[in-house]
Amino acid sequence: MKFMLNGAVKEVATHPAARLIDVLREECGLTGTKEGCGEGECGACTVLIDGEPVCSCIIPVAQVADAEVTTVEGLNGVHPLQKLFMDEVGAQCGICTPGMIMAALSLGPAPTLDEVRTALAGNLCRCTGYSAIYRAVMKWRGMPVGDTPGSAVVA
Amino acid sequence: MTSASSLDEALRALRDEKRTPIAGATDLYVALNFGTLEQRKFLDIWAVDELRDISERGDMLVLGALATYTSMIRSPLVVKRLPMLVEAARQVGGAQIQNRGTVGGNIANGSPAGDSLPVLAAADAVVVLRSADAERRVPITEYYTGYRASVMRPDELIVAVEIPPVEGKQWFRKVGTRAAQAISKVVVAGVRSAQPRISFGSVAPTVVRVPLTERALASGAGIAEAVRVLAQEIAPIDDIRSTAEYRLRVATNLLRRFWTETA
Amino acid sequence: MPAVGNSVARKDGIGKATGAAKYADDITFPGMLIGRTIRSTIPRGRIRSIRFDFDTAGFTIVDYRDVPATNAVDLMAQDQPFLVETEVRHMAEPILLLAHEDREKLNAASVEIEYDEEEPLFDPERSTQVFKSIDIVKGNVSAALEKADVIVEGTYRTGHQEHIYIEPNGVIAVPEDGGIAIHGSVQCPFYVIKALRCLLGSAHPNVRVIQTETGGGFGGKEEYPSMIAGHAVMLAIKSGRPVKIIYDRVEDMVATTKRHPAIVRHRTGVTRDGRLVAMDVDVLMDGGAYVTLSPTVLSRGCIHAAGPYRCDDIRIQGRAVFTNTPPNGAFRGFGAPQTEFAVEVHMDRIAEQLGIDPVELRRINALRPGDRTATGQTLRDDCSAHMVLEEAIRRTDFSRKRKEYKGTNRTIGLALFYHGAGFTGAGERNLKSKARLELTPSGVRIATGSTEIGQGTRTMHAQIVTDALGIPYEDVEVAQPDTSKVADSGPTVASRTCMVVGKILEECAHEMKEKLGGLTPAEYYKRSGPFTVERMYEPPDWIQWDDKTYLGDAYATYGWGCDVVELDVDPDTYEVRPIKITAVQEFGRPIHPALARGQIEGGTAQGMGYALLERVVMRNGAMANSTLTNYTIPTTLDMPEMDIVMLENPYPGGPFGAKGLGELPMDGPAPAVVNALRHMGLDVREIPATPELIANCVARA
Repeated sequence: MKFMLNGAVKEVATHPAARLIDVLREECGLTGTKEGCGEGECGACTVLIDGEPVCSCIIPVAQVADAEVTTVEGLNGVHPLQKLFMDEVGAQCGICTPGMIMAALSLGPAPTLDEVRTALAGNLCRCTGYSAIYRAVMKWRGMPVGDTPGSAVVA
Repeated sequence: MTSASSLDEALRALRDEKRTPIAGATDLYVALNFGTLEQRKFLDIWAVDELRDISERGDMLVLGALATYTSMIRSPLVVKRLPMLVEAARQVGGAQIQNRGTVGGNIANGSPAGDSLPVLAAADAVVVLRSADAERRVPITEYYTGYRASVMRPDELIVAVEIPPVEGKQWFRKVGTRAAQAISKVVVAGVRSAQPRISFGSVAPTVVRVPLTERALASGAGIAEAVRVLAQEIAPIDDIRSTAEYRLRVATNLLRRFWTETA
Repeated sequence: MPAVGNSVARKDGIGKATGAAKYADDITFPGMLIGRTIRSTIPRGRIRSIRFDFDTAGFTIVDYRDVPATNAVDLMAQDQPFLVETEVRHMAEPILLLAHEDREKLNAASVEIEYDEEEPLFDPERSTQVFKSIDIVKGNVSAALEKADVIVEGTYRTGHQEHIYIEPNGVIAVPEDGGIAIHGSVQCPFYVIKALRCLLGSAHPNVRVIQTETGGGFGGKEEYPSMIAGHAVMLAIKSGRPVKIIYDRVEDMVATTKRHPAIVRHRTGVTRDGRLVAMDVDVLMDGGAYVTLSPTVLSRGCIHAAGPYRCDDIRIQGRAVFTNTPPNGAFRGFGAPQTEFAVEVHMDRIAEQLGIDPVELRRINALRPGDRTATGQTLRDDCSAHMVLEEAIRRTDFSRKRKEYKGTNRTIGLALFYHGAGFTGAGERNLKSKARLELTPSGVRIATGSTEIGQGTRTMHAQIVTDALGIPYEDVEVAQPDTSKVADSGPTVASRTCMVVGKILEECAHEMKEKLGGLTPAEYYKRSGPFTVERMYEPPDWIQWDDKTYLGDAYATYGWGCDVVELDVDPDTYEVRPIKITAVQEFGRPIHPALARGQIEGGTAQGMGYALLERVVMRNGAMANSTLTNYTIPTTLDMPEMDIVMLENPYPGGPFGAKGLGELPMDGPAPAVVNALRHMGLDVREIPATPELIANCVARA
């Protein structure tokens, strides 16, 4: 079967019921999409299908026939969110980061903090407590972060 | 797994062979990943676009079985006519699940905790079932026969849900295990009118209406009496997520809250 | 501009955000097999028979007889086998290992095991097998209790907590020229080496462990990886091929370590005006079926059990006991979150009983420089209990809100806490940790066994070396931890990676700087070639500690914190909605402010989960809710705004004045939450404070 993968036609010979995440990671060799739970709960496996974020661990590959699939590799390492996640420490251990970034791509041009929270509610992070992720995303969109920055007061 | 690209193709496939229809896969593939589904043959109907529409036919709101939570949230028709469904859809999983999960799937999966089900039951929705030879309509309140069991036959597919006009204030509340990505511990939808309609999930083996409670309220018995009736009418259980005692207490609290907020 | 104290570009590069960073499951080797662990399905008993209901062709099968030397995971004791011989002591205990090329065939293989079941013990209060007991005696608590005006008693309980690193445990064992390499998600590569040496003996002397990019640890990959690495190695030896074992989420949750559940009893004597005069504490921890790290978890828990308070007469008795459950182990905080939960909730109960403001109670009793702790340690100027308390109270307008919220659905609560940095007592001396700096053609390379697990090790170590050596930050590289190529810096645990290992690196850099004699590394390298500086950690010489009496200087220094939590409780559903958390923490000073802030925010989130959401349901001795659907960690919508304040009080023994930070944030949120609930009239004494528990409190109130 054929589908568009990161802008190029991809042909795979796999079983139609294979999980999309396995096809991407194994047959397509793109290990940027991560598996954290296998039950659609953690969002680490988030990819875009026709521009919409979905959990690739619960998608049968047959369903992406003729669709456009975008993985984190499709950002070519140059999407501003990628550097922002590192600089703002939106990524600590990084395992949730590709999925988090893919989910964040669905945000409009001027999201409120609440809209960011809602868009990312399907992505679990255990390291950051999410605040730094919001800082990275809001900075990307040029929106004020609105929380008080941590201050250092000399005793 | 075979894929169908039209309704006719799908129905013929179901007529010829026992297969499990799969669309958004947000329940079926979770069960598959945990090995709790025996090796089943699937019929992938994700590409059956004719089942995606949300429309009006006469005075009915018609949700195609493949309408996703996201499309229901964004539909001006649903927003206008069934805002409690928008409320419910917003609280299903996160964005990724909302983009794939479908109303047909929520019905077919038949979990007692299904978040759209109390909305459909309180709205007296009708499930439209189609087979290769016939079509029939089953009120959702008569659709389930027991825990994850329904009147749907193996050669049938849910093609749509029809919702008559809803008169009265709509109310919805889901109590989950956390603020997002949560299975409901108690979920309730209500329509306030002279004949109130109230439906609960997660308090019985299936989604339920509470006719005795509704009748108490309709007869003017007052909320205190209605709460007493409700406590007898539902029998929630202890499970891995919550307790019978909590569910009962919260269900009665929410009945009061529904009644106060829709006054 | 110095590197230290600034949020410089991270040494991780951008790989985590592009998907290029390689975690264990991203890596394959030619001819690699997949491994699977067959585990017990009973909590206690003996194996009667094992039958293979599958075609074993193409399978590698390993059981206890394949153990080359010793069938024991060498940790604090050697009681835990890699593979069960006949006696099963907990559910999901590893019995057999299978490996195959084909994952589907591997997962379809059916192994039938028959057992003679025995009656399991699940209740720690009924356990008579004690892994470790501790008795800390300061003064004479019985006499002091008799003289107290008021005695307040209470029992507090904390449950298991599961780490939920988003990357599950996984390793790959790869036979290589003359030996075996283990690539894996580990916090402590040298712990794994130690365990493998015991497992393999002299037949396989050449083993090395390489840490792959690790998707979270939190202590869950401190000691557990020795087990999974041993399994992969045995399969690799038997098959002669690389073997990858990656746990799926369910297996990881059921079979690997969790935070020790605890029952803590307080009997406290106070004067009528709120001075603590006697603290009698009993700590019981459920260690599970094997010793693992229970002695040290109990130790840290007991040392912190009297809280950041001064009191002349204290007794803390602790026991870590056996139950037929999967062994518990390290988890950020390591015993202190449990006991500091208890003491802080108890303090608010004391305040309630005396009719004293809980802030005032802390002001009267919080430790000051010059005071002696429960173990008799005299605190120095790096004691900041009052500083963090006053800042938190002021910043949150605590006292006014406390009055304003009374009688509404909103409430506010606080917790004061502290956390010793580094290993207890003589621990750091005994570790003999080393760090190494290597001159390279263009700069230096840091070669330590400290692992980057998201907390910023690579970056923070590089910042320290940059400033201590006086070379550009860009010229400092950090070696991937490979035990054949780096120094054994001790484990990446116990809030020591900056304070201890960073300190050794600082010393290495000073030594290197002297040797460079004003030349840049490149100039020196060109002229004279490479050289290496390796040094061992020198703990402060004033530390005196007695392991038998548990008295003396427990830690070189402590971090200090005060958390204030504001939350709403829904009157219909008893759900708690956190509104805001203010976390004031003093940890010397931040080396990298953004990374330090990340530790506080992340640890606070884990603490909030511990307080409200994370409940391990045990059935028949195993975790029954072992999916991310049913074990609920906080999502974005569960976490409120966090206001983080990092106060400074430099510690001279740490690099550039830094103390340890990783675990401190974990100790505050749970008691702050429960103290907020108390202010609403809810007498909660255990966590997680689920809506079900709160509903019961409401019913009782």
